[in-house]
Amino acid sequence: MKLNIAPNLRNRRRFLFFVLLPVWYIMYHYLQPLSDFVVDDLLRMTRGSHLTESIRFFVYEVPKVLLLLTLIIFCVGIIRTYFSPERTRKALEGKSHFTGNVLASLLGIVTPFCSCSAIPLFLGFIESGIPLGVTFSFLIAAPMINEVAVVLLFGLFGWKTAFIYIITGLVIAISAGWIIGRLHLEKWVEDWVYKMKAGEQLLDEQLTFEDRVKRGFEAVRDIVGKVWLYVMIGIAVGAGVHGYVPQDFMASFMGKSAWYSVPLSIVIGIPLYSNAAGIIPIVSALIEKGAALGTSLAFMMSVIGLSLPEMIILRKVLKMPLILTFVGIVGTGIMIVGFLFNLIF
Amino acid sequence: MNIKILGTGCTNCKNLEKATINAVAELNLNATVSKVEDIQQIMNYGIMRTPALVVDEKVLLYGRVPSVSEIKELLLKSKQ
Repeated sequence: MKLNIAPNLRNRRRFLFFVLLPVWYIMYHYLQPLSDFVVDDLLRMTRGSHLTESIRFFVYEVPKVLLLLTLIIFCVGIIRTYFSPERTRKALEGKSHFTGNVLASLLGIVTPFCSCSAIPLFLGFIESGIPLGVTFSFLIAAPMINEVAVVLLFGLFGWKTAFIYIITGLVIAISAGWIIGRLHLEKWVEDWVYKMKAGEQLLDEQLTFEDRVKRGFEAVRDIVGKVWLYVMIGIAVGAGVHGYVPQDFMASFMGKSAWYSVPLSIVIGIPLYSNAAGIIPIVSALIEKGAALGTSLAFMMSVIGLSLPEMIILRKVLKMPLILTFVGIVGTGIMIVGFLFNLIF
Repeated sequence: MNIKILGTGCTNCKNLEKATINAVAELNLNATVSKVEDIQQIMNYGIMRTPALVVDEKVLLYGRVPSVSEIKELLLKSKQ
């Protein structure tokens, strides 16, 4: 039985793509006047009051971030169909230590990854002889440098901060993986891992460009569908901070002079994983109120890169000392980034 | 038809299981749907991404949750 709905669907998708792109552009371009119109003319709020400025912030930032997220995730969704853990593994096989760490971190950014697949991915890498340290570089970069975080940083902080985040994240992933490799910690991997025999590796699927576009739409549905609520809550809290918290309020405890705030914000960040999409808008409002960039960056990296649920998942294949070493090394890296940026900016 | 869902119990795995059960019901297939949660067994199928859909020991799909209609197509194809 052949299903003949396919051509129809394909046309509709093509149509959707070419209509949505200009609509997206017009909405994004006129967002500022549009949100001002809503706040000043439709809601008739008095300019300059705390409430008005909070609402203006919310009405402008929520559609902006959601529009950016939709477009970028769509594009990343398509780009990611050209990468896969299977291909990444092939590329990493037989690479020397340092090169392997660099390559693994870079591929970690573009390879599709979900923390629930961390175990099969770890086992698949180890099984095909990729060194432990190189595997770790991948496992650090993949969740830390993800499209949602980068889009939010770009939308709320500007491209410079997004760029700094990506570069420092890469440096941490490369060096932490390299150190773990040098320390020869294979003894702290659960014993059964190295004895395991995996089945024959599957070949990659063959995709047409239409399929890839479809994956792009699926990625938007999955990811935006999952994070939009967090984004709205985060921006709502950020809007409250923006409108009501006095200027320089954060300077005393998240400012540069409070050195202890860097390690403290890393420790607080570890259990906050699930709210990564909501935390960045709040942090952006805190920076406006005097929180230091380095401290904020460290906090966000810890929230996004060091996640408690992922550690619990990894406990199935790693012994406790290795998990602690991993957290210690990555945490130290994040702390150096925090101090460094507090010093520079 | 012997259908297996491979996955360690994350949301995506549950979604795939639900979608597959719906697809089987809509097609009125004579099939059993079971879940494989043991990681060592999952690795035997040679995948690095969960969840995965296995029909009669053949991996049809892995690493994503397709729509019910796509699963229906896959099931019909493998039935032949």
